[in-house]
Amino acid sequence: MSSTPKQHLPVRGGDRKPARVRPYSLTGGRTRFGHVLLVETFVASTAALDAPEERRELTNGSLSTRVMPELRAIVELCRRMRTVAEIAALLKMPLGVVRVLLSDLADQGKIRVYGTGTGHGTGRPDRALLERVLSGLRRL
Amino acid sequence: MHAWETDRTRAPIATKIVVAGGFGVGKTTLVTAVSEITPLQTEALMTEASEATDDLTATPGKTTTTVAMDFGRLTLDDDLVLYLFGTPGQQRFWFMWDDIVRGAIGAVVLADTRRLKDCFPVLDYFESSGLPYVVAVNHFDGSELFEPEDVREALTIPKHIPVMIMDARRRISVIETLLALVGHALDETPE
Repeated sequence: MSSTPKQHLPVRGGDRKPARVRPYSLTGGRTRFGHVLLVETFVASTAALDAPEERRELTNGSLSTRVMPELRAIVELCRRMRTVAEIAALLKMPLGVVRVLLSDLADQGKIRVYGTGTGHGTGRPDRALLERVLSGLRRL
Repeated sequence: MHAWETDRTRAPIATKIVVAGGFGVGKTTLVTAVSEITPLQTEALMTEASEATDDLTATPGKTTTTVAMDFGRLTLDDDLVLYLFGTPGQQRFWFMWDDIVRGAIGAVVLADTRRLKDCFPVLDYFESSGLPYVVAVNHFDGSELFEPEDVREALTIPKHIPVMIMDARRRISVIETLLALVGHALDETPE
């Protein structure tokens, strides 16, 4: 290792402009009905495993109650514990769209949204959780 | 498969670390090195900010585009799962980070000394958001090896924030980086 850099590294802030206003708005991952759906939020189907009634209802609804194939696919995936990001990835759907559909399914009682374990999923992890993550990583 | 995946009666605690940096700096490599699943990719549909912010890649007239985000998973205990999210570093994706970063333990800012400027906007973001972060220089074979303190000085990183030289391909090296971040986050969290 060389103690003095042989080449010149660019210095951050060397050409900084003063204004740093960011043009986005915070949605906070919260949906219309208050479900917090962060990328790592777990969701699972509420239907009993292999419940044929549930599936019939989902596939054979009348025009007004017909369920989009995307919703059916989500419920099917949620037979296992899944995260929001995982559902988006597996169904190749944008995260924002998955959030809306999950919110609808949760409102209909088809899926359950679990808390992430970090203060309703909004705050920073507390010390106890960080300690657990540290020891978990050390065990790897 | 882990037991928690099929138990729908209770969810494990989910927590996450963000891996941020410019294109090609090794975010996906880092996630792949430690993930217990093949890293998955999500896409977020985004509308580009109207201001041209950072580089020449913003296409005039194009209003929407997709941003890919890789993520991997580490089961740390029966009821504790850590997710790693690799997110693109350009300033025009900042609006997206607010969403990803919420509730995160902190961020690993990946840097490549051959293209150090790519991580400037990432550092600006984490400094202003207050999220704990560490700087991890992904050392590429054949590139000049710098001392962490040289990188710290160039990036104007405060003394208490870890800066390390690592190899994103090596599992051990990645775990050491994650340990440094979580340790630093713990230091930053009030008792």
